[in-house]
Amino acid sequence: MKLALGPVLYYWTQEKLQAFYEEVAASPVDIVYLGETVCSRRHILRLADWLELAKMLANAGKKVVLSTLTLIESESDLKTLHRITENGEFAVEANDMGAVHLLQGRTPFIAGPYLNIYNPQTLNLMATLGAQRWVMPVEMSSEALQPLQQARPAEMETEVFSYGRLPLAFSSRCFTARFHNLPKDDCRFLCLDDPDGKTMRTREGKPFLVINGIQTQSALMYNLLGDLDSLRDLGVDVLRISPQSAHTAEIIRLFHDRAEQRVSPELAAQQMEKLMPEAACNGYWHGRPGMEQAFLASNQLQE
Amino acid sequence: MQPDYKLELVCPAGSLPALKAAVDNGADCVYMGFRDDTNARNFTGLNFDAANTRAGVEYAHAKGAKVLLALNTYPRSQGWERWERAVDQAADNGMDAIILADPGLMQYAMKTHPQLHLHLSVQGSATNYEAINFYHEHFGIKRAVLPRVLSFAQVEELAAGTPVELELFGFGGLCVMVEGRCSLSSYVTGESPNNCGVCSPPKAVRWQKTATGLESRLNGVLIDRYADDENAGYPTLCKGRFEVEGATYYAMEEPTSLNTLELLPELLRVKIRGLKIEGRQRSPAYVAQVTSVWREAIDQCTKNPKDFSVKPAWTAALGKISEGQQHTLGAYYRPWK
Repeated sequence: MKLALGPVLYYWTQEKLQAFYEEVAASPVDIVYLGETVCSRRHILRLADWLELAKMLANAGKKVVLSTLTLIESESDLKTLHRITENGEFAVEANDMGAVHLLQGRTPFIAGPYLNIYNPQTLNLMATLGAQRWVMPVEMSSEALQPLQQARPAEMETEVFSYGRLPLAFSSRCFTARFHNLPKDDCRFLCLDDPDGKTMRTREGKPFLVINGIQTQSALMYNLLGDLDSLRDLGVDVLRISPQSAHTAEIIRLFHDRAEQRVSPELAAQQMEKLMPEAACNGYWHGRPGMEQAFLASNQLQE
Repeated sequence: MQPDYKLELVCPAGSLPALKAAVDNGADCVYMGFRDDTNARNFTGLNFDAANTRAGVEYAHAKGAKVLLALNTYPRSQGWERWERAVDQAADNGMDAIILADPGLMQYAMKTHPQLHLHLSVQGSATNYEAINFYHEHFGIKRAVLPRVLSFAQVEELAAGTPVELELFGFGGLCVMVEGRCSLSSYVTGESPNNCGVCSPPKAVRWQKTATGLESRLNGVLIDRYADDENAGYPTLCKGRFEVEGATYYAMEEPTSLNTLELLPELLRVKIRGLKIEGRQRSPAYVAQVTSVWREAIDQCTKNPKDFSVKPAWTAALGKISEGQQHTLGAYYRPWK
């Protein structure tokens, strides 16, 4: 199984992004997704800057993919989308059907996790339009994935979101600006202060969700490190790790070592504990509410 | 104004009595779902079996109203046949259109029943004309229902870029998230709009009276806590009060309803084709009340859009039945964002 690093979902400074991707270049990750996928107002890096990073990572032997914005609302969003889909050099991850419309039949693409591919019929359609890989919706279970794996077109790769805070919802409202009592159009880019988002707790103090601008994430860390056997058995090709502000390269290494069977499941789980900013969950993969944690490996659960 | 242009009032029918209430009070179209997970209001006691479907279509058509069938969940492999059968039944029953979100299912509908009109559901998350034109090019969709996330200026921009008719939500429950791109409900309960046709399902709800107030929980997660003098609302999980860095507030959205009466002249100017009322889970009395107010408002505005103003009586009538007794223009009014 190959490892992919998903796009950075938060708003980081240029220095932080530069340092982060230099570390990534030296890590054992195979595929790197780049670009702003959450908020059209975030602009510290322009497309030219992303392309610079892309070249640096490609030179380090990484397969680079440019990810599109997920919520495309305006003419200016569409202009940016055109520039990405017509970049002519790097593959593109389509996170909206508008992006698929611009890529279809012209440029091979990756069908992103927000396209809602839930059945073989839709997956086949994406293949005929030029998708080479698809990313499973985060809420899908291993059981629901199985028939898609059996029926998938030849050459189609499957990628599964395997580590990080789950991107659960998008809104046009910015919840970070709302927290600061500011309108989105005058947000002062205060999400720069939250390199891992803002935790939203229930009124009894339990970490519940994380606010990241217009995106809402799980507060718990989705972690399938303990489920690599079932991922492999299902023929999953790529595991996606979602960036966090600290320890991402270590997490990549741990997944890599575990995938290569260089570390025992127990030791890997123990090491992972120290790298996660919050408790883990893996419910979705086991067909349960996403926030739950199934402690047994999936093959034991089936017995 | 073009002679053939008309803004259709599209009203919810969660049951046969609600369908009749909508038709009798002036709905141009009613939308309904079958009694299973093929639609996004899969609630116990709601929706239509085969006999009610026949009766409903007959009743609406006899009075000149159209019937739209919502088949707007995303089918998984297991049970795929149920969605295909629902498409077949829509054609057999003479539905005027079906409302779909899944591209695979659209392909089936187009190939098997080429005469059947297809509408893109709000669950299809199409917020720009490139996305809408994608569905138009591949499946010939006639109409798209827009997610409740665009400002009105953005709606107008979008309308200029597509030949597809547009339908907007005008009144009812306000979904804060991009429909079709929200898994909050399955994160907490295992069931989401996309895969089960429900959000914050009633079977996961628990109410508990405690020393600190009345608590509402969803699969054990505390969504809100109410003091004795506060009105308790249904624990839709994005409308609870949560704590962020010491502040406890409605971190995502207040319990409030969308109401766009004052936008009517703009909707007509941009030639929006459908005005959708949310609420298949609501009572026939609710549907009757909302439909009659909107019928009167649309008729008055169509006759004389320049002098249109919202009658206080309309606002009062709608206010009484709104969630949380509050209104908002939602994202149509940009500062809401």
